[in-house]
Amino acid sequence: MLLDRSRTGRSGRRDRDDPIVNRWALLAVPPIAFLVAFFLIPLIVVSLRSVTDFPRPAGDALANYGRFFDSAANVRVLGNTFWVAALSTVVCLALGYPYAYLMNIVRPRLAGLLLIAVLLPFWSSLLVRTYAWQVILRDTGIINTFLLDMRLIDEPIPLIRTTLGVMLGMSQILLPFMVLPIYAVMRRIDPEYTRAAANLGAPPFAAFRRVFLPLSLPGVLAGSLLVFVLALGFYITPALLGSPKDTMISQFIASAVQQRLDWGIGSTMAVILMGLTLTVLFVASRFIRLRDVFGSFEES
Amino acid sequence: MTTAGRPIDGSSERLDRPALVLRGLEKSFGDVPAVDGVDLEVRQGEFITLLGPSGSGKTTTLRMIAGFTRQSAGTIEIDGADMSQVPPYRRDVGMIFQNYALFPHMTAAENIAFPLEMRRASRSEIRRRVAEALALVKLEGFGGRYPRQLSGGQQQRIAFARAVVFHPRLLLMDEPLGALDKKLREALQLEVMHISRQLGATVIYVTHDQEEALVMSDRIAIFNRGRIEQLGRGEDLYDRPVSLFVADFIGDSNILRGWFERDGDGGWLVRDASRWRVGAAATARAALDGDRAAALVVRPERLRIVDPGDAGAAAAGANTVEASVRDVLYLGSIRKYELTLPDEQTATVRQQVGGNERVWQPGARVRLTWAVDDEVLVSDPGGRPSRPGDVPTAPLA
Ligand SMILES: Nc1ncnc2c1ncn2[C@@H]1O[C@H](COP(=O)(O)OP(=O)(O)OP(=O)(O)O)[C@@H](O)[C@H]1O
Ligand SMILES: [Mg+2]
Repeated sequence: MLLDRSRTGRSGRRDRDDPIVNRWALLAVPPIAFLVAFFLIPLIVVSLRSVTDFPRPAGDALANYGRFFDSAANVRVLGNTFWVAALSTVVCLALGYPYAYLMNIVRPRLAGLLLIAVLLPFWSSLLVRTYAWQVILRDTGIINTFLLDMRLIDEPIPLIRTTLGVMLGMSQILLPFMVLPIYAVMRRIDPEYTRAAANLGAPPFAAFRRVFLPLSLPGVLAGSLLVFVLALGFYITPALLGSPKDTMISQFIASAVQQRLDWGIGSTMAVILMGLTLTVLFVASRFIRLRDVFGSFEES
Repeated sequence: MTTAGRPIDGSSERLDRPALVLRGLEKSFGDVPAVDGVDLEVRQGEFITLLGPSGSGKTTTLRMIAGFTRQSAGTIEIDGADMSQVPPYRRDVGMIFQNYALFPHMTAAENIAFPLEMRRASRSEIRRRVAEALALVKLEGFGGRYPRQLSGGQQQRIAFARAVVFHPRLLLMDEPLGALDKKLREALQLEVMHISRQLGATVIYVTHDQEEALVMSDRIAIFNRGRIEQLGRGEDLYDRPVSLFVADFIGDSNILRGWFERDGDGGWLVRDASRWRVGAAATARAALDGDRAAALVVRPERLRIVDPGDAGAAAAGANTVEASVRDVLYLGSIRKYELTLPDEQTATVRQQVGGNERVWQPGARVRLTWAVDDEVLVSDPGGRPSRPGDVPTAPLA
């Protein structure tokens, strides 16, 4: 099915009777087997452990969930996770939309360069990038040293271990996931629409606001959803660049499992995070077609 | 609200100046000229069609008038005002795009309201005029539909309503019916024409369908290689083409190529052993300076088929040529003959079917005859380089 898109167009119907195409479908078996073995099964194991694995003998199956919600710290961190994810989404959108717009209006060659620039972060590991931000942001880092040397400030301004630091680190990593879906949608907007708007008397900004922006909204929603969902699971960046106040739920999961060896509560937190993420996706799916989000590059 | 301070109801008196004047308009993409010196004057309320083969510069000309493309040289005046520095959104020109370009996220009514909102019309005014525009294109109940919920013909009508609702000074249409099937196209041709007349709109219409051009237009501009080859009413183009290109492009024509020799006011067209008389009027119109390669154009319905031995055929004021009938096609009201001339050129004759006319069979040897007044002389740039029988370098003795 996936492989045959280009041949059968959108209907994708013909391939069912076509033996040659069905043989190609066998290619999908290894990845599916991989996903089942290393993703689906562990997921089931984790879900089961959240209702069976207790540090001391406990009463009902939902004891771990009770434990989780009894702790105010847990709930606060959960809330903070959503707050940080929302904030990163807003930051990525504010940076990503104009960036995608720029890519869309410049010559193809320059657009290619801009595309490479936004993909650059993918070429180094997340850890390396996050440590690089540390070098830049810490009290003895590049920015503070420079400002101190210039005598613009008397003592280091707090950059690292702040929400600002977390935002910088996270949005750099997440920006491509915002830019690419928006750009893909923008490229599919027929420039004739903007011309028609101008022809009907719309000055450039009105044409943008009334015609181009609404037509690019599917990309905005897709990118925002992608960034938000990815941000919910962030862990290393807030740990290295944020303050304890910026702790996210994934860090709690890691410390529960690795330091306290409390697999029960770790699994519980994982299931809660997953449940909330699925809820977000479900609510979003009422407004947009999820296929557009995760398949947004296929047609561009 | 609009550039010229014209109120949107268009009530300002139409002055007697032309609606549109193009002077020496040129546009090159890189080194390639797409439009290569177009001059055109369009009267208020006139329906002008730009007709020409693919790539002849029609769309480019239209886009320059709308302001989407900046001209390389020349001027554009709309209602007497120079448009060179005026951006498209202040030109007050309505355009219907080939793919309609209806905004997909707005309903039909919202699409039509858009130009009025841009001109800051009041809400009640907008509501009234949108309703009027929908009624004009006979789609009263369809205001709430989105473009994708409309058929091609309905989308076309909404695009038309949107382009006229603000009473633009000019209405530009780039093959607006090109995407529709033949039947719908013919119905809409008449409708577009009637509504445009009813609104008194000045229309520049682009097509490469000559029938469409003949049906709809007051005048037709024949485009060829970025220039207007001929501008005139359909009859003018048909009866008096100024070039081989126009003769060939508009309608069916019989073309006799040869060498023109001046003789008094008129002359002769000579080819091999044949010579045909060219009248004074045709000679004067062709404005050929002296002897040179030229062609005679005769329309199929102006030719008559007679017996080869018919002596009266070669009467004064008529030309003849021998031919043999190759095919006879019966088309209902007319009969179409395809004939072969002595030198393997072909000719077409249209004969009105009446019931008592003489019918010729394939293979028959016949003579074609036509009145000297029915032929048109045009120069033949691709014609024989020299007078028959002479060496090419010495055309005249
Ligand atoms: N943006 C452009 N860049 C380069 N060349 C162009 C561009 N637009 C048009 N041309 C060229 O200019 C010439 C005229 O094009 P134009 O679109 O005006 O033709 P047309 O008469 O509208 O043809 P058609 O009947 O096929 O629509 C063509 O040779 C075309 O290739
Ligand atoms: Mg065109």
